[in-house]
Formats: sequence, C-alpha cells, structure tokens
Amino acid sequence: MWSYAFRRVLMTIPTLLLVITVCYLMLHATPGGPFDSERKISAAVMANLQAKYHLDLPLWQQYLYYLKSLLQGDLGASFRYADWSVNDLVANALPISALIGGTALLLSVVIGIVLGTIAALRQNSLVDYFVMLIGNLGSAFPSFVIGPVLILVFAIWLAWLPAGGWNDYKIHYMVLPIALLTFINVSTIGRVMRGSLIEVMNSNFIRTAKAKGLPMRTIVMRHALKPALMPVISVVGPIAISTITGAVVTESVFSLPGLGKLIINGASNRDYTLVLGLVVLVTVVAVLINLLVDLCYALLDPKIRY
Amino acid sequence: MFSRSKQSDLAGAIEANINAAAIEGRSPWRDARERFFRNKAAVVSLVILTIIAFACIFGPMVLPYSYEDTDWNAMSLPPGMEGAHYFGTDELGRDLLVRCLIGGRISLMVGLLATIASVTIGIVWGATAGFMGGKVDTIMMRIVDMMYAVPYLLIAILMVTLLGREFYLVVLTITVFSWMDMARVVRGQTLSIKSKEFVEAAHAIGVSTPNIIFRHIVPNLLGIVVIYTTVTVPGVILTESVLSFLGLGVQEPMTSWGVLIEDGTGVMETTPWILLFPAAMLSITLYCANYIGDGLRDALDPKDR
Repeated sequence: MWSYAFRRVLMTIPTLLLVITVCYLMLHATPGGPFDSERKISAAVMANLQAKYHLDLPLWQQYLYYLKSLLQGDLGASFRYADWSVNDLVANALPISALIGGTALLLSVVIGIVLGTIAALRQNSLVDYFVMLIGNLGSAFPSFVIGPVLILVFAIWLAWLPAGGWNDYKIHYMVLPIALLTFINVSTIGRVMRGSLIEVMNSNFIRTAKAKGLPMRTIVMRHALKPALMPVISVVGPIAISTITGAVVTESVFSLPGLGKLIINGASNRDYTLVLGLVVLVTVVAVLINLLVDLCYALLDPKIRY
Repeated sequence: MFSRSKQSDLAGAIEANINAAAIEGRSPWRDARERFFRNKAAVVSLVILTIIAFACIFGPMVLPYSYEDTDWNAMSLPPGMEGAHYFGTDELGRDLLVRCLIGGRISLMVGLLATIASVTIGIVWGATAGFMGGKVDTIMMRIVDMMYAVPYLLIAILMVTLLGREFYLVVLTITVFSWMDMARVVRGQTLSIKSKEFVEAAHAIGVSTPNIIFRHIVPNLLGIVVIYTTVTVPGVILTESVLSFLGLGVQEPMTSWGVLIEDGTGVMETTPWILLFPAAMLSITLYCANYIGDGLRDALDPKDR
C-alpha cells in the first residue's frame, strides 16, 4: 500500500510539470508583451519594469523564476487589474466557488447514493423512473440550457428566487446555482449507483445471504453497499473536477463572482497571467483530487495493486 | 401453358433457394444492421438527426432571410406566421430560424471535423501503443493518463484565448482534448487482437510492422471504433457549445447554437423564445446522438447487453 501510494504521489509531478510548461510556452508564443500600450513608456522605465519581472532574461531562466514563484505559492501579477496580484483576485473569488461547489458536491453524493439505492432495490417504482429520467435529462441537456430554464421558471415566472448575482453570502442567491450543479451530478451518481447495486444484488454472495435467511436490511447495509459503492467512488473524482471546471458555466449563467467568472473575464480581457495562474491552480486541485480518489480506491479494494 | 407454369414454378423455387442461401450467409455487418433497425428509439433518433442535418444544410438556401440581415420592421418578433419569421426574430430583427440553422451548420461542422480528427489520432495512438507494447506502450498511455488528469475546459479556454477564435482553431482545441477515450479503447482491443493467429502468420511471412498495424489490426477494430465515434460526436458538439456560450467560439455575425443560447439568456425575461429554440435544437441533437450511440453499441456488440 505505502509503496503504491508513494509511486502514485510521484506520478503527479510529471503531469503538473507538463501542464505548466505547455501553458507557459503557449503564453510566451503569443505576440505582444505585458507593457505594450498606447502610451509611450520611456526606455529607462521599460528596462526597469523588464528587470523587475525578469523579462530581460533568456526564456529558460524566466521559466525557472516562474516555477520558483509557483512553489512559493505566488501566481504573479495580473495584466489587466492594476495593483491586483492574481493571488488577491483568487482570494476573493475562491471562497464563493468553494462554498457553492462543495455544498453541491456533498448534496449530490448523498442524494445520488440514496436515490440510486432505492431505485436499485425497487426497480420499476416511481423513484426508479425518476432516477432514470434525471439520468437521461442530465446526459442530453447541458448545464447552460438547464440553468437558464431554471432562471426562467423560478426567478422570472414564479419570482421565488433572484435570477443571479451575489449578495454577501445571502442564502437565496445560492439556491439556484447549487440546485443546478446538484441536479447534474445526481444524474450521473444516481445512475452509476443504481447500475452497480443491481449488479451486486444479482451476485452469488447476496443469494447466499438471502438463502441463510438474513433480513433484507442487513443484506443491503452490511454486504451489498460496500462493493456497490466502488464504481461510485471512481466517478466522484471526475465529477468533483467537472464541478470545479463547470463552475465556469454555472457562474456565468448566474453571474457569480467566483473563480469561473474570473477566468472568463480574464480570457475576454486577454489577461494572460490571470488565466495561466488560474489554470495552474485548478490543475493542481484536479491532480490532487485524482490522487485522493486513487488512494481511496486502493485502500477500499484490496484487490487493486499496481 | 403447362410447361410454362412449371418453368415459373421452378424459377420460383430456385429464387426461394437463392434467398434462403442468402439468409443463411448473413455477414456480421448485416446482422448488426438488422439489430440496429429493430431498435425503435435509435431509428427515430437517426431520422430526427438526419432531418436536422438536412435542414441546417439546405434550410438557409431556401428561406427568404439571411442570417446577418436585420429586419427593422420586425425586432423581437414572437414566433408565428407573420412575415415568414417562423421562429420569430432576435432583438436586432434577424430571423431566428435562419440563425438557428446556420448555427447548427457550425455546431455540426465542428462536431464532424473534430470527431474525424480525434478519432484518427485515437486510432493511430491506441493501435501503435497496443501493438508495440513494452516501454513505448507505457509512455504513450502515461501521456493519455496525464491528458485525463488535466482540467481540459480551462486549458481549452486558455488555448482559445491565446491562439484566437478562428473556426479551425476551435476545431483544433476541441480535438486536442477528445482523442483519449478512443486511444484507450483501441489499445485494449489491439492487445487482444495482437495475440491472434493471423497476426502471427503475418509476422512469420515478413509483413512490416506498419503494414500489420494498418492492414491487419485496424480493420478488425472497426466495430468498437464505430461505437466510440458515436460517443465522441455529442461530447465534441457539447464542448463547442460550451466554448461558444462562454463567448470563446466563433465570432458575430457568424453564430453557433452555443452563441445563440448565450444571446437568448441575456434577453429571456422579455423574449424567451430566443433562448428556447436554439436550446431545444441543441438538446434534441445531443439526445438523438446518445440514442444512436446506444443503438449502435447494442447492434455491434451483442454480448454487452
């Protein structure tokens, strides 16, 4: 176990380096420097600026400086928001995204597992049809279609909730975004849980348990749930990552000032350092989540050894 | 008379025999085709998708409006028969039906091109890795693992920001992140085909490695490639729509379903049809593509049912 964990941790390093290097080089290949503007800057000031940001050095040294500052947790300065570092911008936006994404993830894991379990145990019941329907809808209707429809129904026609925006962590501004993310995630988790539990319930050891005369509750809780949860764990990783990156869509549908909105603004303002910083940050988080899921998997399933 | 009717009897009998022989000698492809056409959901989806595709190709040629001309007398017109604006018009007075169809052209076109590109890369990558085995395989599949671990939507945003929003650049960006599923599946299949006798025979008579891969192994992968291609199509269309929705796809006055949905979101309070029509067209397309994929999987891979 420990040697697997150690090797798995080491494997994250090339992934991170690859992403950072490719993005950094792409950024460098684009024409135009950070201090090109309409206003003429005097040669001396320019030289000072270039020296401060190490732009006068050869590319590989600039790259090493960038890696060094990344290791110190510094994502650099923003191109467009004067006086703001990328870290400041992230510090403002991260709590919003984390709160909404985290809540949605927690809710969808719980709801998805519960609904999937009921659907699998009572096939062709109402709950079962509901899970199948959500699964179907979630695969065909993308979040930027469901989101606006939610706004149309709940904010405009029924006028129960605000259509979007952010008001200092007031809860009714969070309901629709969390509902949207939860709906989309439940559609996957519910379907996977249903399928895997049906498969487990048809397997031999469950038949043995039934033949021994164990009550249904014990069979499900003690014997069936644990193996049935394995496929669910393997989709929670991708779902967590898509919840983070999907924030790009959700936050622009509901105009929330989170990380997703920040990256879209950065992209349309051509704020290269901001976008690069955010991509690096999210990649680190995504790689860590993958690592965590793989380690959980190895811990829970003793058959898996690499 | 007698002999003639006997002759025709004979001819009929022979014909029946030939038919019977033909039925006995069914190819696996014909089997698959029949299984597919028995699946009603898949057939209906195929018909709907064909209608949408033909409407997108030919509709704009037939309809009296162009996608960029504004009708100053009919701004934000609700859908109906008035002035032949069947889907209504947007807030600039542009005919929504024509814009939906032109947008569909772009979305389907990106879907088609990016799918072809990523399927090709996936086959070559997977077949090579699976066939070579050993270190080459390890390195190539490690690269695929890395690509999976990357939050592709954000990198796609970065690429579009840096490279530009030309049509072919959007296709390129989507392709870069869509080939890995195919590579994995093809590699797995190649590994199992590689150990079959006919490959060994090809080796023995001295066929070169690229020839074995592309002449003997790739044709045997076709079934699974067809299945995963249909899975790739909706994914690719979806990615294009997301980029367009975020304002990072094709540029005005050119349009795509994602752009139209984004436009509609801005004005849905007063004119919801501008949102609902393109949203419905995109969703129907994705829904149909999913069902066709399911149908093909059942038809080509019966043991998986």
